[in-house]
Amino acid sequence: MQIRCPLCGLRDVREFTIKGHAIALSRPAPDAGDEAWNAYLHLRENPAGVTTELWHHTAGCGAWLKVTRNTITHEILKVALVRDGVERTDAD
Amino acid sequence: MASLTALTPAQDLTPITIGGVTLSEEVPEAIAALMPYAGQTKALSAALKEAHGLALPGPNRMTKSDSHRATWSGLDQAFLIGPPPASELATHSAVVDQSDAWVVLTLEGKGVEDVLARLTPIDLRGGSFKRGHAARSLLGHMNAVFARDAVDRITIMVFRSMAQTAVHELEEAMKGVAARASAN
Repeated sequence: MQIRCPLCGLRDVREFTIKGHAIALSRPAPDAGDEAWNAYLHLRENPAGVTTELWHHTAGCGAWLKVTRNTITHEILKVALVRDGVERTDAD
Repeated sequence: MASLTALTPAQDLTPITIGGVTLSEEVPEAIAALMPYAGQTKALSAALKEAHGLALPGPNRMTKSDSHRATWSGLDQAFLIGPPPASELATHSAVVDQSDAWVVLTLEGKGVEDVLARLTPIDLRGGSFKRGHAARSLLGHMNAVFARDAVDRITIMVFRSMAQTAVHELEEAMKGVAARASAN
């Protein structure tokens, strides 16, 4: 598997560390209530298909990336810097 | 206090020459990490030009002047290598002294790409990694900064604590490449 880092270009997966679902970018408000916080902390989808994840380019530029990928085909559909939303599709 | 002897990161480990490729250590006067404040990238580049005669390198690039070179080293970060940085740079960026944190190795000669191809996952051949290019990637299992400052020369920086491992890995790769060449 390879991920196209918006800064570094196409890189081998060994340079990256996965954090998990990109839900970490959608933190509920402090007063959102127990249900919202329970869902944020503990409940995860396990999709067969397209999902978004956070990957860290540990052995590269050190950026956090939001990666959209298909868990069935292993296709990487979109990679963006979490910081500023710079996006690049795999066709670039 | 006892008189202490300063050792370089790869003291007594280099130079090594095998099959036309030479691995040597470079000991820069200082290494400073420059991390521009939000929206200050252009201002930092201008200040750098004014103070040391080189621009701030963009991603995957390095720049050079007579006294210094600057190597892109990550998201919003570059290493300024040479004499200690001018204090004016601190107006536009965080400036962090990294002088003793890295070992700077130089791999020089025809076939440096073949040596590095055994250790790093990225394509460092001349066609895609040209003079003035830089990259963050791996050397074996070590995080490294690569820069090509001349056609047949690539500098490799890894954490100082890994100097011995880096030299060992590179030496083994150099031996392998040389053995393969002499077998033909």
